[in-house]
Amino acid sequence: MENKYTDMKIPADKFRFVADDNNLHDKRLETKPIGFFKDVMIRFCKNRSSVIATVIIFVLVVYAIITPLCFENKYTLSLTDTTYLNYTKLRPKSTLFAWAGWDGCINKTINASTYNYVRAIGEETGCKPIVKEYRSNYEDPSSTVDATYYDVKIDSYYQNGMIYMTLTEEQYKDIQTWQDENGIQIIYPAVDTSSFTVASYKSDANYWYKINNKGVPVMDKNGNYQSLYLQRKTDDYTSVMRIEGDPGLDDPNATDRYRYATKTGDSSAVSYKVRVFTYNYFIYRYGFEPSFLFGTNSSGQDIFTRLASGARFSFILAIAVSVVNLFIGAVIGSCMGYYGGWVDMTIDRLCDILGGVPFMVVATLFQLHFANKVGPVGSLLFAFVLTGWIGMAQRVRMQFYRFKGQEYILAARTLGARDSRLMFKHIFPNSLGTIITGSVLTIPGVIFSESSLTYLGIVNLESSTMTSVGTMLANGRGFLTTDPYIIFFPALFISLLEISFNLFGNGLRDAFNPSLRGVDD
Amino acid sequence: MYMFKYVVKRVLLMIVTLFIILSMCFIFVKLLPNIPTQQFGKDMALIAARREQLGYNKPLIEQYGIFITRTLLGGNWGVSETLYTGQDVMDKFIEKLPPTMMINLYSMFISVPLGILFGIYAALKKNKWQDHFISTAVMILVSVPSYVYAFLVQYILCFRLGWFPMLMDAGTNYFSWSMFKSMLPAVFSLAFGTIAGLTRFTRAELTEVLTSDYLLLARTKGLTKAQTTVRHALRNAMVPIFPMILGEFIGIISGSLIIESIFGVPGVGALYVNSINRLDYNFFMLLSAFYTAIGLVSGIVIDLSYGFIDPRIRMGSAK
Repeated sequence: MENKYTDMKIPADKFRFVADDNNLHDKRLETKPIGFFKDVMIRFCKNRSSVIATVIIFVLVVYAIITPLCFENKYTLSLTDTTYLNYTKLRPKSTLFAWAGWDGCINKTINASTYNYVRAIGEETGCKPIVKEYRSNYEDPSSTVDATYYDVKIDSYYQNGMIYMTLTEEQYKDIQTWQDENGIQIIYPAVDTSSFTVASYKSDANYWYKINNKGVPVMDKNGNYQSLYLQRKTDDYTSVMRIEGDPGLDDPNATDRYRYATKTGDSSAVSYKVRVFTYNYFIYRYGFEPSFLFGTNSSGQDIFTRLASGARFSFILAIAVSVVNLFIGAVIGSCMGYYGGWVDMTIDRLCDILGGVPFMVVATLFQLHFANKVGPVGSLLFAFVLTGWIGMAQRVRMQFYRFKGQEYILAARTLGARDSRLMFKHIFPNSLGTIITGSVLTIPGVIFSESSLTYLGIVNLESSTMTSVGTMLANGRGFLTTDPYIIFFPALFISLLEISFNLFGNGLRDAFNPSLRGVDD
Repeated sequence: MYMFKYVVKRVLLMIVTLFIILSMCFIFVKLLPNIPTQQFGKDMALIAARREQLGYNKPLIEQYGIFITRTLLGGNWGVSETLYTGQDVMDKFIEKLPPTMMINLYSMFISVPLGILFGIYAALKKNKWQDHFISTAVMILVSVPSYVYAFLVQYILCFRLGWFPMLMDAGTNYFSWSMFKSMLPAVFSLAFGTIAGLTRFTRAELTEVLTSDYLLLARTKGLTKAQTTVRHALRNAMVPIFPMILGEFIGIISGSLIIESIFGVPGVGALYVNSINRLDYNFFMLLSAFYTAIGLVSGIVIDLSYGFIDPRIRMGSAK
């Protein structure tokens, strides 16, 4: 029975090649081959939170890049122009989200004299700062002062009201032409301030009406403000834009025509002191209505564009630091890991010493030494690089220790591969995953350190065109209770950035090294 | 005996490292332009004479020698030149230490129990919604910078609700109720991050231990889940957790510069920032030495504590 098959005698000519006529092939692969990075990509995309974090980072990067390019206008690029100083603490305003309270208004409780002061701006210009009155003219029982209060919603854009400006003849004419073309009045009649007793009232352009010594308006019998406009003098005001009650130029014989400027200087250098409505002046000056998405800070700078430039700086610094650290760390770590022995020992001691210096001390010393020579940015970069490469080098070294004893290295060496080839062709690619993850995870750390240093004022990057998130936070700190939005947007930005970079980095690490999943740090 | 040798070796290495770092700091500081005596006010001649006597005008090498003998060996860090003119740097530093340490100690007292509790809870509820919730919260809390908490605490708790004063009280009456109350905002701001960090660490360690074979054995022997968790799992998980806490405890002395600056804590951090802004080099040297030493010591203590907690771990052993 056993030998049934073996005993069979088959004639040789019965044998035939299986595939005599065509060559043998492996079956063609139906799917695309998946390489290492493709595999990583697939794993990364499965992690929902990391993908969301990537999107957020992308949005923040786009914001940092696009904003200075597209939204930078004359207002935000005011290097020598100090007009922005007149537009301080304008609230965040967005036409899209005005319904959600993002409308540039403040809810406030003000006393009667402030109320009348703000209301007068609206009376004169027609742009009413008081948008809504929640509660009018009530007495606060807990207050010891004899005063009445108003709960109101104030538009911070109109609230600034008038300022005095001194213009040259050219500027004065230009504004008038613009007024006539656009039908928006900028220049308002000059005021007779001789009845004001307090110096600060005289310099405040918002008092156009009769007031007493306390700054409280003296109303007429109908409860209206009594104007103190100056009349009848040559002011070279030819514009048709005139306020109500002014007979204008139509009647050449009118004697009660208002005066719009105080002319000083002789014919060679004439200058005009005028009362200018800041809101309309802004439109004239910059060509758009003032509306700041994130508001303006305490010195009148636009937070939206400033935050973007701070963000851009943070990104560039962090990426530069992580790239430089990656290079230095990779090269030194490779040498340490590959050669071992005394090379490893020496560099390890050096790492111990450098790693022992607190970063704060390094940053300070570099700042004191090099800030004058290479600028604060350069010295900050040096400080980050001086101790930053250690972590990377250690990581690369570990990988080298893992792989350098393996058979394939021995095989390559036997075939005559040089040290450098073994290091960078055969071993180094194995540590690529760790390196990429490591350098991504250094970015949030760098941004945090940079913002801390600039917050504390150890590093000062503030200038008219550049700022850093830390400086913005430090500047907003003083207005935390009165104007929290100044600090809110930078704080929100840096929190979002840190969260998403950490999520992104963790996702990347899980993707590159699935065995580490869930192990944090 | 082996352990003793290892400790001695580590401590000696630390001293050498500290010495090298301080020497570097010294040279860097000495290379900076010296502040002219005019800045100090009236008694210029006196200051110039004192500087001459202290060896400010000698060559760098000689000054370095003086620095080693007088400061490093003698413990005399000099007097303040700009910040607290004429006062001994060391005395002032010791005076500033308590507020910093107390704030950080309180924050540790809050965060260690809470962090471990949350960590245990998350580990026991692994992959359930509680765990996901805690993990997400931890991820956010760990990432957000501590000063953002400080702003939030200051705005919401101190300003809006008015529970605490905006800034820490001045004075040295550290154990009074009002002082304690004024410290709390800073304590909370510091605690958030530490709680989150500890929770994450505890959860990671505990989940690893909870899935191990000996825990299954303990359960099959008839121990309740609570018994296995507390007596077996947690003890083993504490091996890496405890050194971390210990390290933080040493680290707290150095404090947090930015939190101290936000809440006006009259501590070491403020002293450091002021010494830089006013270029008081003697303070700067002392505080640099201090921060460096704290970092080095906590590194050693962490390494050694592994061996003390779990005698099976022999640090630095060749095997």
